[in-house]
Amino acid sequence: MSVIHLTASELAAKIQSGEVSAVEVARAHLDRIAEVDGEVHAFLHVGTEAALASAALVDEQVEAGSAPASPLAGVPLALKDVFTTTDMPTTCGSKILDGWRPPYDATVTSRLRAAGITILGKTNMDEFAMGSSTEHSAYGPTRNPWDLSRIPGGSGGGSAAALAAFEAPLAIGTDTGGSIRQPAAVTGTVGVKPTYGGVSRYGLVACASSLDQGGPCARTVLDAALLHEVIGGYDPLDSTSIDQPVPSVVEAARLGAQGDLSGLRVGVVRELGGEGYQSGVRASFDAALQRLEKLGAEIVEVSCPHFEYGMAAYYLILPSEVSSNLARFDAMRYGLRVSRGASAEEVMAATREAGFGPEVKRRIILGTYALSSGYYDAYYGQAQKVRTLISRDFAAAFAKADVLVSPTAPTTAFRIGEKVDDPLAMYLNDLATIPTNLAGVAGMSVPSGLAEEDGLPVGLQIMAPALGEAVMYRVGAAFEASRLADEGALTAPEVTR
Amino acid sequence: MTTLVDYTDVVARYEPTLGLEVHVELSTNTKMFCGCPTEFGAEPNTQVCPTCLGLPGSLPVVNRTAVESAIRIGLALNCSIAPWGRFARKNYFYPDMPKNFQTSQYDEPICVDGYMDVTLDDGTVVRVGIERAHMEEDTGKSLHVGGATGRIHGADYSLLDYNRAGVPLIEIVTKMIPDTGGRAPEVARAYVTQLRDLIKSLGVSDVRMDQGSMRCDVNLSLSPTGSGVLGTRTETKNVNSLRSVERAVRYEMSRQAGVLDEGGEIVQETRHFEEQSGTTRAGRRKETSEDYRYFPEPDLVPIAPSVEWVEELRGTLPEKPWERRARIQESWGISDEELRDLVNAGALDLIEATVAAGAPAGEARSWWVAYLAQQANARSVELDALPITPAQVARVIALVASGELNNKLARQVVDGVLAGEGEPDEVVERRGLKVVSDDGPLIAAVDEALAAQPDVADKIRSGKVQAAGAIVGAVMKATKGQADAKRVRELIIERCS
Amino acid sequence: MPAESGSISRDEVAHLARLSRLAVTDQELDTFAGQLDVILGAVARVGEVAADDIPPTSHAVPLENVFRPDELRPGLTQEQALSGAPAAEDGRFRVPRILGEEA
Repeated sequence: MSVIHLTASELAAKIQSGEVSAVEVARAHLDRIAEVDGEVHAFLHVGTEAALASAALVDEQVEAGSAPASPLAGVPLALKDVFTTTDMPTTCGSKILDGWRPPYDATVTSRLRAAGITILGKTNMDEFAMGSSTEHSAYGPTRNPWDLSRIPGGSGGGSAAALAAFEAPLAIGTDTGGSIRQPAAVTGTVGVKPTYGGVSRYGLVACASSLDQGGPCARTVLDAALLHEVIGGYDPLDSTSIDQPVPSVVEAARLGAQGDLSGLRVGVVRELGGEGYQSGVRASFDAALQRLEKLGAEIVEVSCPHFEYGMAAYYLILPSEVSSNLARFDAMRYGLRVSRGASAEEVMAATREAGFGPEVKRRIILGTYALSSGYYDAYYGQAQKVRTLISRDFAAAFAKADVLVSPTAPTTAFRIGEKVDDPLAMYLNDLATIPTNLAGVAGMSVPSGLAEEDGLPVGLQIMAPALGEAVMYRVGAAFEASRLADEGALTAPEVTR
Repeated sequence: MTTLVDYTDVVARYEPTLGLEVHVELSTNTKMFCGCPTEFGAEPNTQVCPTCLGLPGSLPVVNRTAVESAIRIGLALNCSIAPWGRFARKNYFYPDMPKNFQTSQYDEPICVDGYMDVTLDDGTVVRVGIERAHMEEDTGKSLHVGGATGRIHGADYSLLDYNRAGVPLIEIVTKMIPDTGGRAPEVARAYVTQLRDLIKSLGVSDVRMDQGSMRCDVNLSLSPTGSGVLGTRTETKNVNSLRSVERAVRYEMSRQAGVLDEGGEIVQETRHFEEQSGTTRAGRRKETSEDYRYFPEPDLVPIAPSVEWVEELRGTLPEKPWERRARIQESWGISDEELRDLVNAGALDLIEATVAAGAPAGEARSWWVAYLAQQANARSVELDALPITPAQVARVIALVASGELNNKLARQVVDGVLAGEGEPDEVVERRGLKVVSDDGPLIAAVDEALAAQPDVADKIRSGKVQAAGAIVGAVMKATKGQADAKRVRELIIERCS
Repeated sequence: MPAESGSISRDEVAHLARLSRLAVTDQELDTFAGQLDVILGAVARVGEVAADDIPPTSHAVPLENVFRPDELRPGLTQEQALSGAPAAEDGRFRVPRILGEEA
């Protein structure tokens, strides 16, 4: 097995033992990127020199016999291009930030650097994280390594595709309504949306501030847990950061891998998984429930009656926050400037028109509408009440079950171009993932197999209460170990030109 | 151009309704939402960070001291402190605002429903209701280049400095002040004056209208006397001195009466006060479509001041400046006019501190309003900017009282302190300014002087004691003024008897 | 709820685009008006939930009183601050002339 097919924890062990150098590992992945990324287009920027320099530092430490900076020292990672980096551009998949080089690092970036993780580059995404297919990137779509004619999910399609194409063993995503979990599901990888406030948002370019959450992406649950502990935890620069220790997710993942879930109650959300879900997705989900039961978990049915309003509430709250968060892109201080017109006002409007893509513009206009004084109560205000009701649904469900499960996405990866002109159809992809963002609870997607009809990956979503990540990782790791033992790893076919 | 109506005529036929909005820049060490300094006058864009520059990904964190200052201002204005409230975003595009929204408070201000009793010159007390006091952030500053006037109109381009962006502001809004009649201008000025003194006494702002750390907007409407119908109001900005507050109210009353007399309608608009002419001119129309799309700031969490915290802050409130003045006036036994002179000279605090350091009130007053006021004037600085402390002045006064210095020497000691030569005692020592009190050298000097002027000596010996003056003068000259003149006179008479 | 809720006219979209500083084209106006109408129809469903006595949630995690001490923290140099500026002059951001009100 070549270096690029190893997991992050295997790589870390080999680097620490000196069996392979961090520089060799970085080079192998950079070579892989050079080989396949022309087809996959997971990366917007590859930082070869910085990556090799960072890896060389880890090798020096190994040679000196000093303790590793973290359990992931020297392991390469693909960073979603929505986190600021001083040594690489940060574009958020938008023309309006083309070439912008931030003068500061995001807290997540700093923590990755401090952990000795090798940042390979910045990954493609739907513009400002708005989309479910990565087709809304201003720099062209990312392709799903399972089928290059299909989408890798979104908004974090670049990060998920990089994992599935073995361009990186680890990645960072952000999840506002499913942007980590849905790409994980459709690429056969693992993606975690931590509890809101669990990972610092400082330096994460905001889509919707009250929903955004950075999180780990990997090919295994344990790798995701290791990365979670590196990036998680309190940050005084983020007022919404929770001042509590990071849940012990690595320990939980190791415990889960032993395969015993007895005593745990797994809740099936009645409202997620019925109509509108592809038959292969439903079949995979049913098989997953049987597997969980076999592992000793008790399956209970729970009802979350307000989840059906989640999408409506989400598509009011998100655009409202977006309309305000994206106002700063105005050609005055950084980014694109289109000098059409003589006044600042004209230049602002011309730049924003040229710099934003259609999906971003749609959401800005929708959000501006929803916050207008005559409509505020009916739209934004009412959406916030629905948000309360969804949180209450979760609270009631978590009283009956330790974790909740559902299919992560209603379908497997669809074809590029299939839904790009039908916003509403696109929005339906996030039906099952949106409620966790509205309530701020944790969620993850683990591979649950391939759909019979198209042979494409399907994801199982596991949801846990706020700061309940440990039990979520435990269930995820148990499920993963059991499925791997029976069916083997989900490996995308080799990328060919 | 509207004809202005004579002021007495306005008052005879119209009833003004006044409202005042005062912005106070807090003198905290750092800005409202980031750790940048707030000092006035630094090089452009050197007191900025990702947060106050509104860079993508940056986040705000509330300055605790700014909240405490807001609460203390509210308590001093007899307001209730809201037990729970949020910041809101006020959305509008303007290049001096880095995020294109201002983080402010909207429907949940931290201080509500207070009042201040304002005393006019003739002793009349007007109770001014306080609607609210809330926290917000200041904008950057624009410099308009090209065009004749440096004004925005006709400029070729603008240059932006964001050092001021994010400096904490407290906006204090009065309730409508009715029934002031012809005294409206006087009430407005007295309110702003008293508010300035109150805030200064709290030590939370330097409240310098000339530097913009206190800014006032005047709202005014007229209604025909007895009609009971509230008129349309205008909001006059750029009112940058106490005198301007009074003039702006007076001018708007005359102008609005002119418009109404001609059968016109008052337009709800923002007007600008012109310092030179004492007039106001129309600015932006308040369009009905103007909609700030306020919504709760998702990047900041609610502020819920506990009763304990509020009471602790209440305990830090100093004596009200006007109460303090009444107390001082009584204990020093000075007239209203004398007190006003001391206040206007900015000498009250200094004198009080000098008295507190042990000096008699009369001496302390005389030093500050006479010699020290002259020195400040000569240096073109405020009295409190002189490099001498009340304690040092008190020490000089004590040295005079004990006879160690006479008044002339005392002034030389003060000059030394002002010149940076150290404490009064050090100046006395270094300049050798002590009154000569050892009679030995004095007697020699007296004898010498008597010998030099034998005719005068004879006169004294014959009982013409008043002739001693000439000898005193000679001795004083010989001792370079260091002798105690009274003692010299005594010695002359002794030697001649 | 306003009577016209759940539907949006082309003029309204044009007005919203102006408010949001987007110089949209006529063609975009046509497309957006149609799409936004459909989306609004879908999201207007929030109005079906009876929630008169339900408090709104603005923050997912119930934190309160998060403050920072009033202490200086290193910021950016002037050079860093201006590093992304489309135009700069004399240590300041240079922008086209500003219409509207005198600040």
